[in-house]
Amino acid sequence: MKGSLIILSFFVLGLILGLTQFLPNSLLEGDFSIYALYLLMFLVGIGIGTDRDSWKVIKEVNIKIILVPLSVIVGSLIGVSAVSVLLSNINFGEAMAVGAGFGYYSLSSVIITEFHSETLGVIALISNIIREILTLLATPLFVKYFGKLAGIASGGATAMDTTMPIIVQYSGKEYAIIAVFSGIVLTILVPIIVPLILQFV
Amino acid sequence: MFQDIIIVLAIMILGLGIGLFIGNRPKIIKIVGALTSFSIFLLLFLLGIGVGTNDKIINNLPTIGIQALILSFGAVLGSLICAWFTYKFFFQTKKVD
Repeated sequence: MKGSLIILSFFVLGLILGLTQFLPNSLLEGDFSIYALYLLMFLVGIGIGTDRDSWKVIKEVNIKIILVPLSVIVGSLIGVSAVSVLLSNINFGEAMAVGAGFGYYSLSSVIITEFHSETLGVIALISNIIREILTLLATPLFVKYFGKLAGIASGGATAMDTTMPIIVQYSGKEYAIIAVFSGIVLTILVPIIVPLILQFV
Repeated sequence: MFQDIIIVLAIMILGLGIGLFIGNRPKIIKIVGALTSFSIFLLLFLLGIGVGTNDKIINNLPTIGIQALILSFGAVLGSLICAWFTYKFFFQTKKVD
């Protein structure tokens, strides 16, 4: 949660500087955010590659566990598509790009900003933060009505870190490994699925 | 745009390959982690500036917030329902064997 607050404070700082117009034009007109995104994706790749523990987790699990992140992917995409009919200015594809953030708000929002628009990027940022907060607050309720995979499903990519403690608390220690596995798979898939969806928008 | 997406994915895969090659070197992993945080901070800072100078977004912030909230509910509820089926059919242990 501390990490989320730091990330948010950078966004808010930028927001305030933007609102007060207290910035040199060169910063506003230079489009170097795409290069920052290239750097980020390169680093994310290295991070995944060097993470031996993650690879070990992925290798050791049985076939059944793959169904968990798969449920999150299918459920999220169907869910956002369904509610997108309520939203007049967001189409199926745009809703799916936001849903495919699976709670990984920092990466999904910058990818969507770069490849689609700032407006949808902000929607992805807020929506995926809400997903994390909702998981932190409502996991006890979710587990009660939707079974022991509920917290993992709701948490999405965050089930491996920020929402893991609450998941373990309400589903049991035996679900920790499933939470980590599902979170890792979804975290790896966000930078792949989001751009792919945006390509069809 | 398709080209940009390919570039981004290729860069990530390149990083992944380098990461696998580097392997378990705590010092490098620590530096990579710090740089990753830095670039996320930078990008969200830039997104903040972009949003702050974008009147279209600022004037519609309440609408955008509600849209985001509706999408969150959709994503969470859809995931919960799918996970419930998965749990019922594949994970739940029967009480009487």
